[in-house]
Amino acid sequence: MAVIEVSQHVDARGLSCPMPIVKTAQAVKTAASGELIEVLATDAGSVKDFAAWSRTTGHELVEQSADGGVYRFVIRRK
Amino acid sequence: MTAPTIEPPVVLPVDPIAEAVAIADNWTEPEPVPAPAPEAEPAAAKDLLIIDYSGDLEKVWATLILATTGAAMGVKTRVFVTFWGLQVFVKDSKRITGETWMQKMLSFMQRPGVSHRKLSKMNFLGMGPWMMGTLAKKYGVASPKELLEAAQEMGVEFMPCQMTMDMFGLKPEDMIEGMGEPVGAATVIGLMTENSVPLFI
Repeated sequence: MAVIEVSQHVDARGLSCPMPIVKTAQAVKTAASGELIEVLATDAGSVKDFAAWSRTTGHELVEQSADGGVYRFVIRRK
Repeated sequence: MTAPTIEPPVVLPVDPIAEAVAIADNWTEPEPVPAPAPEAEPAAAKDLLIIDYSGDLEKVWATLILATTGAAMGVKTRVFVTFWGLQVFVKDSKRITGETWMQKMLSFMQRPGVSHRKLSKMNFLGMGPWMMGTLAKKYGVASPKELLEAAQEMGVEFMPCQMTMDMFGLKPEDMIEGMGEPVGAATVIGLMTENSVPLFI
C-alpha cells in the first residue's frame, strides 16, 4: 500500500456544520497544489458534505474512512 | 399509289434502372455537415447572493452558515444587508445609534450587534437565546460571531443597504470593520439577473 504523505491536518472533531468544511477550506487555501490534507470530523453529516464539497471545488477526495464515530477524509488540493 | 406513311417519332423508353445506375456512377459523397457546436458549458459555479433582511438570531445564524459554506466551496458569496439585518452588522460595542430621537429610540428598543440577537420565537427575555447559545456550545456549533469572522476571513462580501442606513441614521463608523460599500436595490437585482443564486432570509 502506497504511503500517503499528508502535509496538513485539520482536527474538526466535536465541531458541527459548517465548521469542518470551513476549516478544511481554510487549510486548503494555504496548501500547495497536489498537497494532501487530512481531516478528522465527528459530524455525521460531513460524509455527504465532503463529497459535495469535493464535487463543487474540484479538490479530490482521495480517501475516506470511519472509525468509531470519527470520520477521516484525505483531500488533494487541485 | 399508296400514300406515304409517316413514321411516328421513336420515343426511347426511359430505363429507370439505367438512370439509377448513371446517378450512382456520378455519385460524389456530399461534404459532411459539421456537427452543431456543443452548447456552451453551463457555468460551473454560480455566485451566491444572500439577502439578509432579518435580524432574528435564528435567521442570522442561517445566513452566516450558508455564507461561510458558500465561500468554503469556492463560490463567490455576497450578502446584501438590509432592514433589520443591518442591525447585525453594527459593532457589538455600539448601544444607541442614529441622529434623531426616533432613530435613537429604535436602536434602544433592539440592541444592535451580532452578539445581541433575539429569537423570533421563544425569546422569553433572553432565556431562549441563552439556551440556544448553551446548546450550540455543547454541540460544537459556531456562534454567529465566529461565523461572521470566518466569513469575512474567507472573503464573503457584505453589502449594506444605503437606504436603510439613512433611515436608521447609521454611519459607516457604526458598522463592523470590513463592510463593503453601501449599495441599492438595483445592484441586487443586477447581480440576480447576472450570475447569482439569490436567497432571501
